[in-house]
Amino acid sequence: MRAHFVFSEIGVGLRRNLTMTFAVIVSVALSLALLGGALLARKQVNSMEDYWYDRVEVSIFLCNEVDAETDAACSRGPATEEQREEIAAELESLELVDKVYHETAEEAYEHYQEQQKDSPFASVVTPEQMQESLRIKLTDPTKYEVISSAFAGREGVQSVTDQRSLLENLFNLLNGVNIAAVGLMMLMLVVAVLLIVNTVRVSAFSRRRETGIMRLVGASSFYIQLPFILEATIAGLMGALLACFLLLGVYLGIDGFLAERIPVIDFVGWDAVFSVLPYVLVTGIAMPALAAFFALYKYLKV
Amino acid sequence: MIRFDNVSKTYPRQQAPALSGVSLEVERGEFVFLVGSSGSGKSTFLRLLLREERASQGSVHVLGKDLGRLSNWKVPQVRRQLGTVFQDFRLLPNKTVGENVAFALEVIGKPRGQIRKTVPEVLDLVGLGGKDDRMPGELSGGEQQRVAIARAFVNRPLLLIADEPTGNLDPQTSVGIMKLLDRINRTGTTVVMATHDAQIVDQMRKRVIELERGRLVRDQTRGVYGYQH
Repeated sequence: MRAHFVFSEIGVGLRRNLTMTFAVIVSVALSLALLGGALLARKQVNSMEDYWYDRVEVSIFLCNEVDAETDAACSRGPATEEQREEIAAELESLELVDKVYHETAEEAYEHYQEQQKDSPFASVVTPEQMQESLRIKLTDPTKYEVISSAFAGREGVQSVTDQRSLLENLFNLLNGVNIAAVGLMMLMLVVAVLLIVNTVRVSAFSRRRETGIMRLVGASSFYIQLPFILEATIAGLMGALLACFLLLGVYLGIDGFLAERIPVIDFVGWDAVFSVLPYVLVTGIAMPALAAFFALYKYLKV
Repeated sequence: MIRFDNVSKTYPRQQAPALSGVSLEVERGEFVFLVGSSGSGKSTFLRLLLREERASQGSVHVLGKDLGRLSNWKVPQVRRQLGTVFQDFRLLPNKTVGENVAFALEVIGKPRGQIRKTVPEVLDLVGLGGKDDRMPGELSGGEQQRVAIARAFVNRPLLLIADEPTGNLDPQTSVGIMKLLDRINRTGTTVVMATHDAQIVDQMRKRVIELERGRLVRDQTRGVYGYQH
């Protein structure tokens, strides 16, 4: 009986405010889709970071015959075997160092030929031009500085490079994009909340006769507010569901299209998408309910 | 039933009090006219009874409750024991007569069976038996006010508050409404009625309370509208 009454009120309210309800649904859907998108992008970036940082190495390139003539760092001649072994031994003694792998000039040449087999450079490059190097895997990849300060400028070392610094630029860019998406989402959420507040007020105003009588005959304020709050919540829920479908649709596109064309990126799986949906739904229900409650708080006082 | 102890009410951003130093008591079962020119404080008096406003000073007791100390969430419980009628009827135009009366019970969560039983009874009582399915717009002013009274009375209030219930009605219709209010009063319901209608007050010879610029200037049992009429 109570439920019947409340729901008939909601139906009337939603229909009377059809355009506003539609605006609320769309703005909630868009902001929540952005919320889900931002959460997913965060997961994506994190998993990419984990994946790539796990594989990055610090490389110490040693001087070869060619460098000895052209590179100032190698002016004391190409690296000797003793120098190399000394550096390797020192590296092994560092706790920071997980593994050291020695790549000879011949191996570097083979790798190069393999990677660049379609390039005209491949036939010009000779094994003598390639550098011998020590590839180091660190236990903590962020502490690259330790290696570079210890070995750069050492006799026989041409340069120390950290692949991480190359990736960092990419990840900084991705994080920046993510932060921008979160900012946009916040803005959209604010817009959605304001829209809900406004819609609820209009709805309360258009039914002020009813609510006035309800107050007079002693209906509790909860009972007076409930239809408005549920109205906002239902619109929010519809928006949230729409957002979920949007996310699933977009992911379907990524999974089927982009993943095939960009195999380098290991895209997050369906499980990640489904793990985001509850947040979207909860926000989609809680946000309008709270917004409506506060919109009415002053408006429908006893 | 009602007790005002030295009640004053000053609205925010206003200098002159709307009510000042009003003390009075109304017993169970009384019929009281509240008279006074516009701006004399009648509406404020009624708003205090309904706890739409709180007294600035003094205390207002209604049905044994100190309204000034009553917390907001308990106010509905008190209002369920009050009935209210207005000059402008305040019916819902898109609901039938029966639905309008039933609305008052629905929103306080009364069971459907009880509503179905009481609504026709109370419509009979106000002389609108069988008009359940009419829309308020199809009724005359007097009939609309009867619907409003039915709605106010359907929950059997102990106190009925009427703010110029005959203000929009012609004299004959007003007499009918007054007979109805008198009948309700005889069932034991206390009635407080604000009015400008001298004829009615003079005919009924009930207790008259007169306010003037917020002060109680006359409290007369079996009184008339005014001395100068």
